[in-house]
Amino acid sequence: MMLLILLGVPFCAAAVLAFVGDRKFAAEINILGSATTFAAGVGLAVEVYMQGPMLAGGKFFFVDAFNVYLSVLTAFVSMTTAIFSRRYMRREREHGRVGHVGMRFYHAMFQLFIFAMFLCLLTNNVGVLWIAMELATLSTVLLVSLYRTPTAIEAAWKYFILCGVGIAQALFGTVLLYFAAERVLGEGGEALLWTNLSRVSGSLEPTVLSLAFVFLMVGYGTKVGLVPLHNWLPDAHSEGPTPISAVLSGLLLNIALYALVRCKVLVDGSTHTHHAGNIMMGFGLLSILVAAFSLLRQKDIKRMFSYSSIEHMGIATFAFGLGGPIATFGALLHMLVHSLAKSAIFFTVGHASQMHRSQDMSRIKGLFKGNPLVGWGLMFGVMAIVGMPPFGIFTSEFLILTATMKDAPYLTPFLLLGLGVAFAALFRKVQPMVAGEVPSYQKPMKVAHLPVVLHLALVLIIGFYMPDFLNAWFHTAVELLK
Amino acid sequence: MNLHIAAQINSFLAALVLLTAFGMLTQKRIYGLIHLFAWQGLFLSLNTAVVGFVAGKHHLYISSVLTLSLKVVLLPYILHVLINRLRIRKEVETVVNIPMTMMIGIALVIFSYHLTAPIRELSTLITRSTLAIALATVMIGLLMMITRRHAVTQIIGFLALENGLFFAATSATYGMPLVVELGVALDVLIAAFIFGIFFFHIHTAFDSLDVEQMAKLKESD
Repeated sequence: MMLLILLGVPFCAAAVLAFVGDRKFAAEINILGSATTFAAGVGLAVEVYMQGPMLAGGKFFFVDAFNVYLSVLTAFVSMTTAIFSRRYMRREREHGRVGHVGMRFYHAMFQLFIFAMFLCLLTNNVGVLWIAMELATLSTVLLVSLYRTPTAIEAAWKYFILCGVGIAQALFGTVLLYFAAERVLGEGGEALLWTNLSRVSGSLEPTVLSLAFVFLMVGYGTKVGLVPLHNWLPDAHSEGPTPISAVLSGLLLNIALYALVRCKVLVDGSTHTHHAGNIMMGFGLLSILVAAFSLLRQKDIKRMFSYSSIEHMGIATFAFGLGGPIATFGALLHMLVHSLAKSAIFFTVGHASQMHRSQDMSRIKGLFKGNPLVGWGLMFGVMAIVGMPPFGIFTSEFLILTATMKDAPYLTPFLLLGLGVAFAALFRKVQPMVAGEVPSYQKPMKVAHLPVVLHLALVLIIGFYMPDFLNAWFHTAVELLK
Repeated sequence: MNLHIAAQINSFLAALVLLTAFGMLTQKRIYGLIHLFAWQGLFLSLNTAVVGFVAGKHHLYISSVLTLSLKVVLLPYILHVLINRLRIRKEVETVVNIPMTMMIGIALVIFSYHLTAPIRELSTLITRSTLAIALATVMIGLLMMITRRHAVTQIIGFLALENGLFFAATSATYGMPLVVELGVALDVLIAAFIFGIFFFHIHTAFDSLDVEQMAKLKESD
């Protein structure tokens, strides 16, 4: 029931908003839809918490501890983003950056995108997972090019082509997976159900599955933005409207990683080696290092934080690859806190760049004095994202580091180097933006307080104290992913 | 139809699919490319129907009809319309070094045979020998996207790549479950509308569909 609402509301809201278009209350409908979705997400979470994993819709949907927490997170961040985007998009409209058609398109596609993400998370069918992932890409492509500037179109074209090609590799991987499954489970839709696959993963042909994993890794890895498949990400995340940057960085990357981890569990069950894990660790570590050094040379504020997303996805991928209870727990926690912190940062960045009418970091100045909420929000957001205690990211990175020291000590220096460089780069770039006098071209404006404060407060609380239900979910998820 | 003849027909059609893929690598005119793409779709659709008949898998008929209507009729039609609208019908693309591209293409085919060897040994289907060709079609599509500079050619490369994937599903497993096939077809259709819109956007912003011009977003030093 809750599941139906969770999927139905965004879908219907997309249709309604396509119809409503650029009327006055479109943004409010958007918020209402997202809030209903969030309520349904919480309802679903309570159900799963009480009764354990469940199958629904004739085995078509499957909810366990791993995807339920991501569902709640997705619903939550899309709700706060909807709240943030109300005022933000209205101002963009006033500045003349989007037109009438653009606004209609923006709201409808925003909801369709949320629908695609939920379909990804909740479906039990590995084939449908792929379809939904592609749908999520397609629904955001034209949002990236919403401003119709040459650079925005270039970014969207890159996003479309590179992600399309990348994810095509994942489809080939899925075909191979089906090939292996069919020999054990017989043909038909049943053979692609994740619950069935994980039950019989021990008897799936290991050679086929290791080949399949290479394709799945390249495919979904492109969407996670792992180096060297990351070329599209900084462009797509920086050229689109800021609310879209927030959900792309905060949510879609998580979902792609979720798909990859689901596949890894099957491959591990079949091969009984650390083959898949090693590949993930390699990609993860490379992403951390390359992204950290790229942070140093950024000039565009949104582009810089896109690189930071690559770095953090690298950390989570590395930790999932490392395996073991502590690293997996750390990775799950990292996905949660990174998502909250990064979207909060994008909210403040959106306000800051609107105040200065520029995304160029050399033009953004004096935020503390100009608008304390934006200034301190950005400062605290950056403190959280670089992993300062007592924020939640410190906890997750600490867990991952500890696990690395135990299981792969020779990799610890590289990890520390990446984290250190990212820390230095972000701090150096943020300080001139927040401190100093207010420049003459800075325009004061009203900002949406709630999303930023709420996100950062949650990251802070998780850093101090992990709620029991979250702890229980993570432990169950760790068991699942063993 | 006995199995031997069916396997022969299947291999023959697979060879034609590969041939059209190589044809696309060398074709300079956009118009000719679209025709080649339509032919490839037709061979694919015929092949799917033959496999469906031999294996007694009736859902493959649906996939076959779907391929026919989508990739032989609808997509080439959409591309034609777009090209007429944007008046790029006569545009001839300068393709860099065709012989070299062909050699890389041949290397990719050999590589595909090597990569799929373990699967060929495991499989008992009559179509097993064509899986390598399917993978080769995917890779040649990829090669085409890398070597071409025109937005329309890149898209045709992308669609050819998707043909290869569909072919892979038929050869490795007698097709994916119907719900997945339908979903993939839907995604391709949405993608077709999106690139249609894109062509107009690129054309307005850059005055041409040459993607070489899109090189503003780079890492600055």
